Amino acid sequence: MKRNKLLQVEGFTSFLSSLMAIAVGLIVGLIILFISNSKDAIPAFVTILKGGFEDGARGLGQVIYFAIPIIMTGLSVGFAFKTGLFNIGASGQFTCGAFVAIYIGVKWSFVPSEIHWLVALIGAMLAGALWGSGPGLLKAFFNVNEVITSIMMNYIGMYLVNMTIVKTVYDSLKNQTKPVLKSAVLPKAGLDKLFNASNVNIGIIIVILAVAIIYIILQKTTFGYELKACGSNKDASRYAGINEKRSIILSMVIAGALSGLGGGLLYLSGSGKYIHVLDVLASEGFSGISVALLGMSHPIGIFLSGLFIAHLKVGGFNIQLYNFVPEVIDIIVSVIIYCGAFALLFKEIMNKIIRQPIEEIAAESRDVKTNTTADNIDEIDTKENNTEHREEL
Amino acid sequence: MSTVYFIAQQTMYFAIPLLIVALGGMFSERSGIVNIALEGIMVIGAFAGIGFINIFQKAMSGQILLLLAVLVAGAAGALFSLFHAFASVNLKADQTISGTALNMFAPAFAVFTARMIQGVQQVQFRDTFYINKVPFLGDIPVLGPILFRNSYITTYIGLAIALISYFVINHTRFGLRLRACGEHPQAADSVGINVYGIRYAGVIISGILAGIGGLTFVVPTSTNFNATVAGYGFLAIAVLIFGQWRTKKIFVAAFFFGIMKTFASAYSGIPFLKGLPISNEVYKMIPYIATLIVLTFSSKNSQAPKAEGIPYDKGSR
Repeated sequence: MKRNKLLQVEGFTSFLSSLMAIAVGLIVGLIILFISNSKDAIPAFVTILKGGFEDGARGLGQVIYFAIPIIMTGLSVGFAFKTGLFNIGASGQFTCGAFVAIYIGVKWSFVPSEIHWLVALIGAMLAGALWGSGPGLLKAFFNVNEVITSIMMNYIGMYLVNMTIVKTVYDSLKNQTKPVLKSAVLPKAGLDKLFNASNVNIGIIIVILAVAIIYIILQKTTFGYELKACGSNKDASRYAGINEKRSIILSMVIAGALSGLGGGLLYLSGSGKYIHVLDVLASEGFSGISVALLGMSHPIGIFLSGLFIAHLKVGGFNIQLYNFVPEVIDIIVSVIIYCGAFALLFKEIMNKIIRQPIEEIAAESRDVKTNTTADNIDEIDTKENNTEHREEL
Repeated sequence: MSTVYFIAQQTMYFAIPLLIVALGGMFSERSGIVNIALEGIMVIGAFAGIGFINIFQKAMSGQILLLLAVLVAGAAGALFSLFHAFASVNLKADQTISGTALNMFAPAFAVFTARMIQGVQQVQFRDTFYINKVPFLGDIPVLGPILFRNSYITTYIGLAIALISYFVINHTRFGLRLRACGEHPQAADSVGINVYGIRYAGVIISGILAGIGGLTFVVPTSTNFNATVAGYGFLAIAVLIFGQWRTKKIFVAAFFFGIMKTFASAYSGIPFLKGLPISNEVYKMIPYIATLIVLTFSSKNSQAPKAEGIPYDKGSR
């Protein structure tokens, strides 16, 4: 029973330390605003805090629109983190997914119009999965570090997509992709009326589904357990009879599919977003790393952190009214992530403060019980919990 | 023959920054700290260096200005890398966290500061550093045109850094200690080596080199700095892994990649490639595909430092 209590405290402290990180980030942001223009700093800061709430339901719609792609890439990176892989290639997977979604959306008019968008999304997932499988296969069979292959695959994907766009779905006047057919645009399902914003659609529902599915895979299935086991100790899991090659490949495939789906969801949202033929990697993939870290690689954490960053981003757009650059938001978010590194420190302090009463209770019970070794074991257990948590971070 | 010289000279522009930054990464990683913040440190280094040139170019010009800018860039990189060192050594945090934070912070900081000071985000500079021909040395047959014509002084700095790095990491007491901390910090600690200190040194050296690398990347290829180094920091990480964390192999890897990149960007200046009916994008993909192929056949035995990425805790078992 005591152990339960401590576990609760553990979750509570990590939540508190996240809050503290956010507070520090915001304070740094405020200081920076003050340095650059002290007159408008306060109203601009309030605008950042208000973020998506500035413009009523419409602003919230904007938050959701920004959040969808970065939650998906965040899930992708976070899922790979959980399985011990660093998927820095979300950018390439995202781009490939986006391209295939657009290609199907423009060219496949033979698909029944009711399911056209669905087919395009599935195509996006498959493309992302294919792109993610590359680093997975190379890692499993040739022992190539997945970080370097992912970086290479990012560039190859970007150039390949640019080349294929020019050959297939190119609008040469605007140097971008052609608009997709109406039937390929994601259905609104009334959400656009609810949020009074035309770019909100069932994408957010698909994102919630993806979050739920990833949560269930990781927490409730043997498969997910095997993936995590491979992530924390490859040799031990091989000894336990887990096929580690299969695990590596599958977790990269799933991570890739998530990023690809993110690309599809963004470019099929009917918001006038097109792939521009430029030699620049998609930034959503790298935002995904931040989202995953801020969400501590937990699916629900990633969902919330994606919404939070999108919320700040909307605020960042709004502070341009006061002649501030939106990059202030990047500074704030990076400070928040950096303070995530202080989580351990925060936690230790919090533990000292919060745990004291519990330890007093424990001390009392120790007087009653003569058996003190049990308590010692408990203490060692909690220490181990701490280190486990550290590794999860 | 002039084509070969042209390729060699172009290769330097791509390979030298990669070489310098990857060597920086090597110092950090062989001390046991994964440094994915190289990209961000490059941005800060380039920003400080170019900013310095921008301010002082009225007072002086030429090689002295560039050399001073290199020092400024290195110092800025070192300062910025302290954040990474603090988080990953003292706080024992996951090294990806602070790396990602630094990568995100650097361009935002550069844009913000540039806009605040001068109103626009591009920092302009005049290129007074181009060396048409080094006296005497440029006249050496073969080697002269390859190394000592159409170059920048940063090329020689880069090559010198490679030589010094090789010597330091393989033949000095400090190098041995650094490697020990990356392989087995407990053992290093048990014989009285200050693991935290060595790891700090590793990260700071990587900061200096990445800062210099950022400036080295911008100077020959542009006349303004726009808060980006075009993913070269990540490519340098790739070169570092490709080079198996060893100086000589990193050198080879950087030049392999540099040559490939030269073919990709300057193929229209190379007669026999210009005639081929291959699209622009295919050439651009070649460096990355070639690297993948080489890696596939050379990665069976990874020589990554064993304790890389694991925070050192004195009390751990």
